[in-house]
Amino acid sequence: MKGLNALIRRELSLAYGGGGGPLLALAFYASLVALLPLAAGRNPQMLGAVGPGVAWLGLALASLLSLERLFERDYEDGALDLLAMGPVPLEAVALAKAGAQFLAVNAPLAVAAPVASIALAAPASLIPMTILTGLLGGLAFAFVGGLGAALALGAKRGGLLVAVVVLPLFAPPVIFGAAALDAARNGSSPVTGLLLLAAYAAAAVGLTPIAMAAACRNALD
Amino acid sequence: MRLPRQLEFLSLPDRFMAVSAWLAPTIGALAVLLLEFGLWFGFKVPPDYQQGATVLIMFIHVPAAWLSMFGYVCLAVSSFLSLVFRHALADAAAKACAPLGAGFTALALATGSLWGRPMWGAWWVWDARLTSVLVLLLFYLGYIALRASIEDENRAGRAAAILALVGAVNLPVVHWSVNWWNTLHQGSSVFRVGGPTLAAVYLIPLLLMALGYTAAFGALWLVRIRAELWRRKARTLSLQAANR
Amino acid sequence: MSVKRGERRLFEGLDLLVQAGEAVALTGANGSGKTSLLRAIAGLLRPESGAVAFHGPDGAPLDPDEARAAATHLVGHQDGLKSSRTAGEELQFQAAWTGAGPDGVAAAIAALALKPLLELEVRRLSSGQRRRLAFGRLIASPRPLWLLDEPMAPLDAQRRTQMSELMQAHLKGGGLIVAAVHDPLPFKARSLEIGA
Repeated sequence: MKGLNALIRRELSLAYGGGGGPLLALAFYASLVALLPLAAGRNPQMLGAVGPGVAWLGLALASLLSLERLFERDYEDGALDLLAMGPVPLEAVALAKAGAQFLAVNAPLAVAAPVASIALAAPASLIPMTILTGLLGGLAFAFVGGLGAALALGAKRGGLLVAVVVLPLFAPPVIFGAAALDAARNGSSPVTGLLLLAAYAAAAVGLTPIAMAAACRNALD
Repeated sequence: MRLPRQLEFLSLPDRFMAVSAWLAPTIGALAVLLLEFGLWFGFKVPPDYQQGATVLIMFIHVPAAWLSMFGYVCLAVSSFLSLVFRHALADAAAKACAPLGAGFTALALATGSLWGRPMWGAWWVWDARLTSVLVLLLFYLGYIALRASIEDENRAGRAAAILALVGAVNLPVVHWSVNWWNTLHQGSSVFRVGGPTLAAVYLIPLLLMALGYTAAFGALWLVRIRAELWRRKARTLSLQAANR
Repeated sequence: MSVKRGERRLFEGLDLLVQAGEAVALTGANGSGKTSLLRAIAGLLRPESGAVAFHGPDGAPLDPDEARAAATHLVGHQDGLKSSRTAGEELQFQAAWTGAGPDGVAAAIAALALKPLLELEVRRLSSGQRRRLAFGRLIASPRPLWLLDEPMAPLDAQRRTQMSELMQAHLKGGGLIVAAVHDPLPFKARSLEIGA
């Protein structure tokens, strides 16, 4: 367990440092949100119709940014060998890495999401729901995205590839989260959407580490 | 893990080559026959009272939509076999399957869109079926892109196989979630293919076309697997020649 | 054991027994499969045929996965050190990851004279210094089997002597070393040519 602790500390320090981390994702997210009114017009009614959806979709897109490096940096410099031979199974290593990615990128994005949402003409009453869907969806994005990153190990143009592989897999969580937000805005119950999103996130956290570990072993072999 | 004995014959590329050498043209000829009859019967059906002559697109569209899903099942099964049994032939089968499946999926989308123009008055409507077929096409494209981006072929094959299986687990979820999404944003009522309203006159050509498409898919798949095996053999031989 | 990389068979019919206190120097041309053999012993690479078996001091067979996780060190060309972190942080992590305590880290710092490096980021170290830092985990968490890829290559003469002493001490304590080398090891070691 000492090894696992050390790993989690290392993953967090790597996820926050080295050019990835929350700053890059937040800057991207802010730019995306700032461009929407420039494209769709500043009419609050029009903006209000698409704004919350774009703020939500932006979370999915921004979470892709630093994914490419998640496994690649350890693959390139040989640290993945050390991790694969370590005291805990590679599945647990994958869990720790994707978890650190969530804490460093997706959680800060979820906290920033209400700001974006309000800037795009969403009512303030939507703030708690925006954070909640951001956190649950962020878990799903981090873990499914981590799977894409592990599969793209050793590929040319890894970053673009991760996006192409991962974005179609984002369809269900995007639908569930948007449904919860929509319901909350219309005053109906967002519980169904939230539960579905939570179930998807839980399945992603539980299952993707298995596939991530398989993909890492394949890349090392 | 070793392949169960019942499936072992599959693991012999020579055996596969010998069988597919006559099987592929046979199925191919069968496909041509079925498609000819299907089209002939199809053009003879009376126009639908709602859709008019547009109903004919259905004979092209519905089998393509069926194969888009069947192709993914083939891809997932081949990927599973190649991953679990480390089986070169299964890997070649998966590689050969993906572009075919993507092709049929694209055909389903294109014909669906052509049909939508007179029916819905727009080239594209975010209807549940079209949307899930579109996501399916994206799954195929992700598979092809991943496979093409990793240089080491063995490694690329196994990474792509993992992705195909992840996709197979996800597709029902995507399908279900898109349907659910559709019920949330219920717009105009959407014409559904294969619903109970389908008259018997349409069934025979539709069945013939579906069988013909499936046979064509099988024949093309076999040919592509053969080509892939030949390509690998040629590469091995040229490598041996270079090292001699 | 045979190992195949892509279409190329690197070696076949390799049979190697390494016993306690013994060092094996793997020689052979570049690309002959020395590194691949080390990775196969470490369990990272799946051999085309054959297997690696581990036996305890009493001769009883061990579970290969456990033996690799608890009794094997692999120090390769790529040292797995993160250039943005300090040498001290990386040494701490690698030691903790391989199960060493604080005593182990202190022993590694003393044995490899790592003290002056600890505050520096890894990217500011020379390749010889990085190699020394990577060797830190060998000392920090004592494990019987060392798999070393070109251990001496980036080191200067003085450090080579130092490293060779550490390796000899490891052998004297009943350790095993399998090393891929260009130049022969500076002490008594069995030599095995790969891909001949």
